[in-house]
Amino acid sequence: MPSYVILEKCDGCKGQDKTACMYICPNDLMVLDKEKMKGYNRAPEMCWECYNCVKICPQQAVDVRGYADFVPMGASVVPLRGSEDIMWTVKFRNGTLKRFKFPIRTTAEGKAEPFAGFETGTDDIKSELLCTEPASTWAKELPTIK
Amino acid sequence: MPNFETVVVDTDLLIIGGGMSACGAAFEAAYWAKKHGLKVTVVDKAAMDRSGAVAMGLSAINQYIGYADGDNTCEEYVKYVRQDLMGISREDLVYDIARHVDSSVHLFEKWGLPIWKDDAGKYVHEGRWQIMINGESYKVLVAEAAKNALAGMGDQAQILERVFVVEPLMDVANNKCLGAVGFSVRENKFYVFKAKATMALMGGAVHVFRPRSVGEGLGRAWYPPWNAGSTAYFTIRAGAEMTCQEVRFIPVRFKDGYGPVGAWFLLFKSRATNATGGEYMVERAGELPKWAPYGLGKPIPANLRNWLGMEDVMVGKGPLYMRTEEAIANLAAKYKDDPKAFKKKMKELENEAWEDFLDMTVSQSILWAGMNIEPEVKPSEIAAAEPYFIGSHSGASGAWVCGPADIMPAEYKKQWEPIGVYNHMTTVKALFTAGDGSGASSHKFSSGSHAEGRIAAKGAIAYILDNNAAPTVSDATIEELKKTILAPMARFEEFAKLSSDPDINPNFMKPKMFMFRLQKIMDEYCAGVSAQFTTNKQLLERGLELLDMLKEDSAKLAASDLHELLRCWENTHRLWIAESHLRHVMFREESRWPGYYFRADLPDMDEANWKVFVNSVWDPKTGQYTMKKVPVVNLAV
Repeated sequence: MPSYVILEKCDGCKGQDKTACMYICPNDLMVLDKEKMKGYNRAPEMCWECYNCVKICPQQAVDVRGYADFVPMGASVVPLRGSEDIMWTVKFRNGTLKRFKFPIRTTAEGKAEPFAGFETGTDDIKSELLCTEPASTWAKELPTIK
Repeated sequence: MPNFETVVVDTDLLIIGGGMSACGAAFEAAYWAKKHGLKVTVVDKAAMDRSGAVAMGLSAINQYIGYADGDNTCEEYVKYVRQDLMGISREDLVYDIARHVDSSVHLFEKWGLPIWKDDAGKYVHEGRWQIMINGESYKVLVAEAAKNALAGMGDQAQILERVFVVEPLMDVANNKCLGAVGFSVRENKFYVFKAKATMALMGGAVHVFRPRSVGEGLGRAWYPPWNAGSTAYFTIRAGAEMTCQEVRFIPVRFKDGYGPVGAWFLLFKSRATNATGGEYMVERAGELPKWAPYGLGKPIPANLRNWLGMEDVMVGKGPLYMRTEEAIANLAAKYKDDPKAFKKKMKELENEAWEDFLDMTVSQSILWAGMNIEPEVKPSEIAAAEPYFIGSHSGASGAWVCGPADIMPAEYKKQWEPIGVYNHMTTVKALFTAGDGSGASSHKFSSGSHAEGRIAAKGAIAYILDNNAAPTVSDATIEELKKTILAPMARFEEFAKLSSDPDINPNFMKPKMFMFRLQKIMDEYCAGVSAQFTTNKQLLERGLELLDMLKEDSAKLAASDLHELLRCWENTHRLWIAESHLRHVMFREESRWPGYYFRADLPDMDEANWKVFVNSVWDPKTGQYTMKKVPVVNLAV
């Protein structure tokens, strides 16, 4: 089903005006049921299984069950995303377990420095050079057709 | 119906969208706007950290030239795209993106994107133009840099998330875009954005055609389901000239999960074979001369590779398999005499194989795990997906935009001279687009879309500096648009009490069924999956009749809440790109990209008459489409 919320773990983000999963879902699917104080996916058939709700949930209360119209039952793929890398636990239908860890970024969270120290070559708004060029191209000048 | 507050935002540059091109635009605009004291407003229907086509992440960057190191040249990239798109591309745009794309990639690395490097410190290539990354947080990083750049503008920059832009705000008499209107999907607010220049950067379109999976897996399209054709709708409705709207994209991917195949074909050198173990790329090579000169060039165009595989399936030679087990065995073979080294290599390859999916298409990993597939043991099925609309990758649909002043051919430039030569301005004044919104400049992918967003933003700021007058819009115009956009909610309130079922009512239809009706029409009449990607003039004419009725019925859409209102307008956007596509397919009297669609009544490519762009304009004054041929002007490369 795409993403679903494990009722026992979800705390509705403690009554904040929006839950983390609502904040992040690119397809406006995750919603908070304010009576039950639980999140849910309002249209699982429009879910891309992008896992953004799973990755962001502070309670690890969101999981994914593969699309039942073509995925045989019994598998699970669970991420644990940190500030530098992500760990995946893959469980097969036959019980085989695999674990993978991949880096996600080389800078501290929030610290992407936009212009990254590349100097701007010109202040001419009509020039073909973009704001960090030519330095950020690593070439001396921008190519053109002569 | 609840009262909707009208919020008016006056800005200089309006950036609509939050994906790769919008983040590139916001980053670049921040620099130039700050220098010139201008305001920038970014409006995203989702959360920028994870919006757009790269929301899940990516495992490769598919456009990197490496010209500073002499690895490749921009000229070679132009030739590559020319070949892949069967001769039809705006080579000035392709060249322009190519010369700026390395700059964006080098910035990504500085922002923190892990790019694979070899022992000499050079990027690891998947293929000639593709480099390998650990891209789980690719979009997060690119959004973060854009936000940090905007933060440097202080209160001159504003980001609005969860606001869906529906319609352009137009001065039709002067062919000028004045901004946009939309609504919040979280609170009862109607938004009016008045801007001196507007950038439509809302991505491509998915779910226009019926997908292969129609149950829970409906959402598992290759491209994300939130790409609803909003860019094309915006530019078409503004009266902008569109190009290559017939050039849909159909990727061949791992079946059902739509996991990427690039690493398998290019990095792991895997073969694809059919039911009897035959290799369609070898057995059907004799068909390639029919599509000469492109069929005989290298690399073989994506649509022709599709076509050879599709032909196998059509004659009953499916399933097609990616021979992962064979590819891994081949790669590990040279270590076979050293058990320790062999084990290490196998582990490394297994890791790379899973990373490829986990960083960008987790569903494919679930599918592998659900089917007990270990790629080193067992091959996996591949299949052609349903059609999508994107201006990047090997698709080409989008708006016809102004190129760079230094290399745009004079034949194109003359079209913009009367309204202003500003890079990436559409044929409507003050309206710019890029990424999946700009046509005929394929193979820009994520990195090129970012670079193109930057190019377009600089063009838009240049336009504002030369045309620095705040737009005026009458209150009556705003009220009219508000009424139209909120109409589905009013309709639901008026009629819902008639029926026992909130979705079944003689006075309205809900957006979901509207989407299914659109998908059925496109699938059956306009060369979708169930029609084996084949159509003809009569099917198209019938399809257009049905689309016309659906268009009339868009006035019967109803929404019970803001989420459904969003879906009503997204599906209206899909309808418009569908009609535009069908008209282009009908106008082009040949089959040029057989692996995208095949005209059974016109089965051959016609170089003498149709080696041209097909462009179209929907006239906002009359509501009529006009179609035309536009010559392809090659660059001297």
